[in-house]
Amino acid sequence: MATMAQAVRMALHYGETHLGVTDVFGEDVGPPLGGVFTATQGLKTAWNSPLDERGIIGTAIGLALAGQRPVAEIQFGDYIFNTIDLLKLAGNTCWSSMGQYNLPMVVTTIVGAGIHGSIYHSHSFESMAAHIPGWKIVLPSRPIDAYGLMISALKDNNPTLYMYPKALIRVKGKDLIPGEPADERELKKMIDAPPGPTLYDIIDVRSRWEPRWPEGLTDYQVPIGKARIHREGADISVITYARHVFMAEKAAEILKAENGIDVEIIDLRTLYPWDRETVFNSVRKTGRCLVLNEDTPVCNFGEHIFRTIVDECFYELTAKPRVLAGADVPGVGLHPAYEEASIPQVNDIVRELRGICGEAP
Amino acid sequence: MDKELKVKILDLMIEARCMEERMVKMSKSTDGFFWLGGVGEEAFNVPLGLLAKKGHGLDYDYFHFHYRNGATMIALGMDPADELRQMHNRITDPFSGGRNFCNHYVRKDWNVVPVTSTIQTQCSVAPGTARAQKRHGGDGITIVTFGDAGTAEGDFHVGLNWSTLPKWELPLLWICTNNAYGISTPYNEVHGQEHIANIAAGYGIPTKVINGNDVEESYNALKEAMDYCRTERKPYYLEAMVSRLHGHSSSSGANRVPDGSEADPLHLWIDRLVKEGVIDGDYFEKKYTEHTEHMKDKLAEVRKEPAPTAADVFKHIYAEA
Ligand SMILES: Cc1ncc(C[n+]2csc(CCOP(=O)(O)OP(=O)(O)O)c2C)c(N)n1
Ligand SMILES: [Mg+2]
Repeated sequence: MATMAQAVRMALHYGETHLGVTDVFGEDVGPPLGGVFTATQGLKTAWNSPLDERGIIGTAIGLALAGQRPVAEIQFGDYIFNTIDLLKLAGNTCWSSMGQYNLPMVVTTIVGAGIHGSIYHSHSFESMAAHIPGWKIVLPSRPIDAYGLMISALKDNNPTLYMYPKALIRVKGKDLIPGEPADERELKKMIDAPPGPTLYDIIDVRSRWEPRWPEGLTDYQVPIGKARIHREGADISVITYARHVFMAEKAAEILKAENGIDVEIIDLRTLYPWDRETVFNSVRKTGRCLVLNEDTPVCNFGEHIFRTIVDECFYELTAKPRVLAGADVPGVGLHPAYEEASIPQVNDIVRELRGICGEAP
Repeated sequence: MDKELKVKILDLMIEARCMEERMVKMSKSTDGFFWLGGVGEEAFNVPLGLLAKKGHGLDYDYFHFHYRNGATMIALGMDPADELRQMHNRITDPFSGGRNFCNHYVRKDWNVVPVTSTIQTQCSVAPGTARAQKRHGGDGITIVTFGDAGTAEGDFHVGLNWSTLPKWELPLLWICTNNAYGISTPYNEVHGQEHIANIAAGYGIPTKVINGNDVEESYNALKEAMDYCRTERKPYYLEAMVSRLHGHSSSSGANRVPDGSEADPLHLWIDRLVKEGVIDGDYFEKKYTEHTEHMKDKLAEVRKEPAPTAADVFKHIYAEA
C-alpha cells in the first residue's frame, strides 16, 4: 500500500493532469529532490523556490489572484509562522472584496512531533491556523484520506491549508487508493525517484528519470468537513486527528483488554469546518469524551471542540469531558524524555480515559 | 505630449483632487471615518492610469496598489461616486461593500487586486500575478505601488528577489512614491540609501528616480518603464519623488500643509499650461468649482443608498462553489 508521501504525490499528479493545478512549488519541491519528504517527486509542474516562506505564500496568493491553481509547500510547519499575516490576507480576500476575488490555492506543510525533530521540526500549527478565518484546514492520518482530501482541496475554490503529520508520512496505508497498483513494490518502482549516495549522483540519475504514473487514478474525494469513525465503541469518545488517532487506538486496545471499556475514536480529518454532527452523535451516544491532540494547551484547537461539546451536548454528558494536549512548554526537546513528557503518550491517554470512565454519572 | 492630452491629464487631476477633498471633509463629519489618500501624487498617478493596459485577465495589467492611488483609479475610468460609497461605507461600495477604508480598491474586471492596509505585503504578492503573465506571454504586466518607508519591510526585498530569478525575470513594474515620510518619521532618519532605487539596482533591475510632481517627466518615465516591462518581460524600478499635501491621514488631522512647504503638482501643472497658452487663466477655477459641486451632488445621492446590515457580515467568507 502507498505511504502518505506517495498518496500526496499521486493526488498532485492527478491534480496537474486533471484539475488544472498550474504550480507545485516551495523549497526543494522541484527536481532533483521532489520535497524533503518526497511528496512532490516527478511532478511536471513542480519547481524549486527561493528559500523564502513569505515569498512562497505571497507568490501563491498572486498566482491564485491571476486565476492559476497553485500548491505551495512550506517545508516544515515550524517555518510557516513568519507568513501569518499573509495567511490572514489570503483568508480575508474573498470576504473583504465582497466575493470578487477568491483564492483557489493549497498550502501544504508537515507538522507535529514523533521523528526526534527537536525544537524546530516538531511544531504543531493547527491552533494558530484555526485563528485565521477564511481558510479550510485539513490534517489526514491515513494515506487514503491524504489522497482524497488533497483532491478535494485542489478542487476547492478557497484557500486550503493541507497539513500532514511528520510521524505518519512514511507509514503505509491499509486501504488501496483507487487506481493504485496492488503491489507496493511495483508502485515504488513506478513513482519513487531513484536514490543516489550523494546529491551529485541524485542529480545525475534523476535527470534521466521519469515517473510512470498509475493509469487508473481517479478523483476519489474525501469531502472537506467530514470526520471518520476510526473505531466504533459504546463507552467513551476520543475526538482526535493525525498521529493521535493511532495512539488512541493503542490506548483503546489496552482499555478493552484490561478494563472491558469500549472506546470510540473519531478522526476529524478536517479541522475547519469540522464535522460537528459526527462528533456530537458520538458524544451523545457514549456520554463521555476526551479531546486529544499534541499542540500546546493554551488556546488549543481542542479547547474549541471541548467548549462546543459542552455547549451542545451538556445534558447528555455523564462525566466531565476533558482535553489532553501537549505540555505548556516552549518546544519539544530532543531527548526522548523531553518529547515523551511534552506529547501525550499512549499511557497518558489510557490514564485519562480510565479517569473519565471511572467517574460516576 | 499634445495639447489634448495635457488638458485631459489636468481634468483628471482636478477630478481626483476634488474627490479626495470631499473625502477629507467626510472624515471630519458624520459622513465617514478614517481618511488617507493621494493628494499631492496626482501628477504621477494620473499618467500611471492613462498609460496602463486596463482589462481583465493575463493579457492586461495587474495592479497591486498602495493606498494613495485614487487618481490612478480616476484615470482608469472609475466613477468617483464609487469611492464616496466606500468612504461612506455603504453596501453599494463596489470594492468592499462598506468593509474597508477609502482608497482600498478592488476591481476584478480591471485586474485591480485587493489593496491591503498591511504595509508592503503587495510586494510579496505581485510576483505571483507577474509570474502567471510571464508564463502566459503577451504584453500584460504587473504594476505594484508603495511608499518609501515601507521598503524597509522584508516583503520589498522578497519581491525584488522573486522578480529576478534566473529564467524567471518578471514583467513587473516596481513603483515607489517617495514622499520622504512614513507617517511622522523622516526618510533620512531611517534609510541609509540616498534613494531606495539603489536597493533595486543591487538586484540588477534598471531604475530611475524622477520628480513625480512633474506631469511630463512622470508620463515619459512611466511610458519608458512600461514599454521595457511589456517588451523585455523583465522588471523595472521607478521612484517618484512626490508631495503629501494633507499629511499622512485623518489621524494626523488631514489638514492641508502650510503653503510653500511642499510643491502642489496640480498648481505646477496649471501654471505651466497657462504659460504655454494651453488653457486660460480662469480654466482651473471653473473646473474646480464644477467638480467640487459634482462631488457634493454625488455624495447627496450616496447618502440615500443602503448601509450594510448585521446579516451582511457573514456574506462571502468563502467563494460559492
Ligand atoms: C505592516 C504594517 N506596519 C505598520 C503599519 C502602520 N502604518 C500605516 S501607513 C505607515 C507608513 C507608511 O509609509 P510609506 O511606506 O512611506 O507610505 P506613505 O504613507 O508615506 O505613502 C505605517 C507605519 C501598517 N499599516 N502595516
Ligand atoms: Mg512615505
